[in-house]
Amino acid sequence: MSEPNDRQVARRGPRSRTTTVALLVLAVVVLCVYPHFPFVDRLFEAIGHPILLDRKLVSIFIFGILALALNVQVGYAGLQQLGIAAFFGIGAYTTGILTVEKYPFHAGFWGALVAAPVCAAIAGLAIGAPTLRLRGDYFAIVTLGFGEVVRTIILNLEGITDGPRGLNPIPDPWLPPAVAESSADPARVKYLALYYIAFVLLVGLAIVFRNLERTRLGRALVALREDELATACMGINPVRIKLVALAVGAGLAGLAGALYSTTLTTTAEPSTYDFNYSIMVLCCLIIGGVGSLRGAILGAVVLFGFDNIVSPLITELLQPFAAASSGNVFLQFNNWRWIIFGLALVLMMRFRPEGLWPSSRMKAELHHEDEGPLSKVGP
Amino acid sequence: METLAQQLILGVTNGMVFALIALGYTMVYGILELINFAHGDLFMLGSFLALTLIKVFDLPTASSATLLFALPTIAVVCAVFGGGLNWSVDRLVYKPLRNAPKLAPLVSAIGVSFIFQNLGLFWGGLPLFGSAKDASAQKDVPALISNVNLLGEGSHLRITTKDLMVIASSVIVMVALYVLVRHTRLGKAMRATAQNPAAARLMGIDVDRVIGATFVIGGGLAGIASVIYALYINTVHYQAGFQNGLYAFTAAVLGGIGNIPGAVLGALVIGVVRALSSQYIGAQWEPAVVFGMLILLLVFRPAGLLGSHVREKV
Repeated sequence: MSEPNDRQVARRGPRSRTTTVALLVLAVVVLCVYPHFPFVDRLFEAIGHPILLDRKLVSIFIFGILALALNVQVGYAGLQQLGIAAFFGIGAYTTGILTVEKYPFHAGFWGALVAAPVCAAIAGLAIGAPTLRLRGDYFAIVTLGFGEVVRTIILNLEGITDGPRGLNPIPDPWLPPAVAESSADPARVKYLALYYIAFVLLVGLAIVFRNLERTRLGRALVALREDELATACMGINPVRIKLVALAVGAGLAGLAGALYSTTLTTTAEPSTYDFNYSIMVLCCLIIGGVGSLRGAILGAVVLFGFDNIVSPLITELLQPFAAASSGNVFLQFNNWRWIIFGLALVLMMRFRPEGLWPSSRMKAELHHEDEGPLSKVGP
Repeated sequence: METLAQQLILGVTNGMVFALIALGYTMVYGILELINFAHGDLFMLGSFLALTLIKVFDLPTASSATLLFALPTIAVVCAVFGGGLNWSVDRLVYKPLRNAPKLAPLVSAIGVSFIFQNLGLFWGGLPLFGSAKDASAQKDVPALISNVNLLGEGSHLRITTKDLMVIASSVIVMVALYVLVRHTRLGKAMRATAQNPAAARLMGIDVDRVIGATFVIGGGLAGIASVIYALYINTVHYQAGFQNGLYAFTAAVLGGIGNIPGAVLGALVIGVVRALSSQYIGAQWEPAVVFGMLILLLVFRPAGLLGSHVREKV
């Protein structure tokens, strides 16, 4: 075969590859030392608009783990999953039940960090096993419905979940004495511990998934996303592979839930884990690039950064105008939030469906004009 | 026994409104296999238009003869608005994505839904509705239709003019839709396109026009539903589209998506299940019951109540 295949065409030259790797390594190094040298925060403090980036980075890491979790399901296996928040919530509430004073378990953060993913993965298996054979859109509705059911149950089983108040306080993670006594300020120690735990988990997962893409399971997942029928003909059991993807994604979402609730010291109110949250995580993938690891993380940074850093900053800057017009809805930047997200989604789908930072495979696929004879046949 | 009968009446009345929304979902899905997430929010915008018209023309002070003329006119205006808006969204957003992977139009629809919700929030902030500060608050619709019990105030069972208005107007619209789909050229073209767009095109059907017509009809139904809803529930809220849209969509799936009588049946089932579960289990459990039922139904009868098993399109 003398013709170059799609992957070779799509793969970028070695130089840009080296640049990407260098940039990623630089990002990791900067993030490693950031809590000790929060230069961006110093800068914004100096101009009088503190943005607390160092605190918010922990949430961005957790959000990134959640995006990676959904990427396993939507990006790799091609499942149309609209209820990731349910597994996130299950993780958070498992953590709550295992750690708060009220219950006899007192498993602590580390116990919960193991148990929460397991519980969430079991929930994923329970909902997936009977429904994964459904057609794509029907599966989307099942996951959407499952999300609503879980949220309703959490909200209404007040005896167990404390209803709208949420379970709290969730204790701080246990740390070896040498670490715990490294600073006089326990809040600082907790912050540093969670920062590094979340960061290590995020980077570790990214590396694991990067390697997974080259394994038998990883290839089976991608093949499944491309063409389920052909994959089944190759002797791969689509339902089993999808179930693995669903369970892994659900488990990771549970892990994110454990970290999230520990950071907040509460499971937060049940309405946190609603359909909108699931869609926000999906938006991360869409913006970054479905099926792309770096895209998922970039999407999480962009989305969370916009929502929690840029938007409050603009609101603050617009405050004088908004106050002058006595609360005109149009002058409050917050009120434009959904129009901005909505437009971003619509425009992305129209002009850059592969996302901001796609994997070369997805890019090649989406810019491939003629998908071959089979795709045009049939109704 | 009377409680049960009462809840059945409530369920059927609510179900009728869901049915009108569900029809828009199911028709679009039948042709494009697109879950039009923005449909519920289109319905919400329609209800804002209805409330605006009621306020602008000061209908609460009008005589009942004027109302008899004005309310159907508002329904027509809202139907035109809904149909026009739905058609424009299709042209601008979904049409360029016809050959894209399926996730693309779905995500765009979610995006349009966000935009509509935000527009609803802004609409609620207009000076017409009082202080701009509570743009996000629920808006009250003046009670224009009598809520007096037709069976006499002493009766245990309650059927009001409002209930009859909802049922009668929905049935009229559904019959009109049925005639349109069954007995006109356009209806035939729509059915043919839903079955097989490629073959329909080969038979000389302008598939793009048929898709456009489907969006207009679906949006029009949502517009009419929004007027009925505003007059029946008497409140309008910018997030009302999401919840009602979700129930309506569930109804469409329950009945077998793409199937027009199925959507109506599914909506009635959802309405009744909601009413019964809030009576006998507790209103707060309603979503869990409805969606739990949906999941069970899909597991045991994946094609819905009336849907026939469709071969996966390769």
